[in-house]
Amino acid sequence: MTRRTVAELSRSLDRGEISSLELTQDYLARIRAHNALYNAYITVTEDLALAQAKAADARRARGEHGPLTGIPLAHKDIFCMQDVLTTCGSKMLANFVAPYNATVVERFNAAGAVTLGKTNMDEFAMGSSNETSFFGAVRNPWDPERVPGGSSGGSAAAVAADLCAMATGTDTGGSIRQPAAFCGITGFKPSYGRISRWGMIAFASSLDQAGPICKSAEDAALMMNVMAGPDSRDSTCVESPAPDYMTTLNDSLQGLRIGVPKQHLAKGLGAEVEAALQAALKVFESLGATVKEVDLPNNHLSVSAYYVIAPAEASANLSRFDGVRYGYRCASPANLEDMYKRTRSEGFGSEVKRRIMVGTYALSAGYYDAYYIKAQQIRRLIKQDFDKAFQDVDVIIGPTTPHTAFKVGEKNDDPVTMYLEDIYTIGVNLAGLPGISIPAGSAVAPNGRSLPIGIQLVGNNFAEARVLNIAHQFQQHTDWHLQQPEV
Amino acid sequence: MALERSDVEKIAHLARLHVDAEEAQEVAGRISSILALIDQMQSIDTRHVAPLAHPFDAVQRLRKDEVTEVDQREYLQRIAPATQDGLYLVPKVIE
Repeated sequence: MTRRTVAELSRSLDRGEISSLELTQDYLARIRAHNALYNAYITVTEDLALAQAKAADARRARGEHGPLTGIPLAHKDIFCMQDVLTTCGSKMLANFVAPYNATVVERFNAAGAVTLGKTNMDEFAMGSSNETSFFGAVRNPWDPERVPGGSSGGSAAAVAADLCAMATGTDTGGSIRQPAAFCGITGFKPSYGRISRWGMIAFASSLDQAGPICKSAEDAALMMNVMAGPDSRDSTCVESPAPDYMTTLNDSLQGLRIGVPKQHLAKGLGAEVEAALQAALKVFESLGATVKEVDLPNNHLSVSAYYVIAPAEASANLSRFDGVRYGYRCASPANLEDMYKRTRSEGFGSEVKRRIMVGTYALSAGYYDAYYIKAQQIRRLIKQDFDKAFQDVDVIIGPTTPHTAFKVGEKNDDPVTMYLEDIYTIGVNLAGLPGISIPAGSAVAPNGRSLPIGIQLVGNNFAEARVLNIAHQFQQHTDWHLQQPEV
Repeated sequence: MALERSDVEKIAHLARLHVDAEEAQEVAGRISSILALIDQMQSIDTRHVAPLAHPFDAVQRLRKDEVTEVDQREYLQRIAPATQDGLYLVPKVIE
């Protein structure tokens, strides 16, 4: 089976070959048939989807549509959706019906996209395997014994298994790019502040960023045209208007200067991933690009700095879950402190509690300078490394992950083993830069299954259009992004 | 730095989390391994580096100090665990 991209589905809708209602019914049937295995969705909004599909068909008949009108979509369950369960993968919010829409949700609604449901995720987006979800692990459509990556693992698995045409994700340390790499799809984290965080449940506010999870860079551009842009309700969302990301997709790569971080080719990188990266670089060279080595000397400290900054911000953000205003409350509390403590201990899973405690410790009296300030100083060094590299190159290309998807349960013994999975992606969040993961190869697992390999393209501040252009040109000359697992 | 069980109990209280005595030892071990990872930061001298709190060194933008939101108290309290007369109910604090 070949992949159905959003761009192709949109053209089919334009030509009247299929209606949005038929398309939506097809996706709902696929979800009914396959979601039990992959566990990609927490909530399926069937009635809403059918109503939105009918409205989209009517809108298309009136000629009042955009490219995404009638296209079936899934939202990561971190985005608040009015009157729909919004769990963030946690028992804490297992009963939370959001009273308002996230800006991202509102914009897809306004564009006429059809919402199929809410996707599974690591609890509060804390994880790299989707195993920390209160609603159970998600399975990788390429090999159900393996994880889809995380934290946007449900969105990535849903796109890979074609249980939606496109999905939203969020990325704090790699949570869009790593699952995109593991699931053989395209995942884009824009620059910090390019997309509104309003209504997106906060994990680490100086790092969190929403982005598209889809089947091609062209689809990501179509989604970015809806998602990106200023929002008065999020004061960290940049005020400059977003460009039309479609218009530059076909720009030439002649003279493009690519930098490959020498630290990303060092110890720890799997041979198959390195081979796929080198082959991809050859493709770029054939399109007129030049490749040189760049130096990111502080990259090895990115995971350490991140595991101070992200838990510190999380410990503050998650203090709001106290059993008072919404969400879970423990049964028969003896007093207020007992209510807070038992609500939070029963409502949060063990990884979330660990990160809250690490963050609390890093921010506590006597440790603040040694941990939090130190981490922010290292964050600046990491940012400066990227700034320096971008004086000589236009884009930085390297692996997204050290290896292909690992098995469910394989990395659960020590949290640090899991944290080191994000060694190539975390620095990009600390520096606030745009990064995309695109499929660029595959490896064969011992059981004979084919496992996708992703490469990461990182651009300078707000160079989203250029990153999408480079990724699109690669996809015009390769077909890794069109390969589909047998579902 | 390795944490003791008593450190875990103190941090858990600051974070308003309850950690069972049996759990505390395991939690101390796991958090200690995270702290060992974090401590790699101490390997470089950052005395002359300014901390970076926002990726683009941006400062918080302020809007005009005007009331723009409408009152939605009743609507927003529909999802609360317990309310009465427009107030959130919690266990008794003052005897």
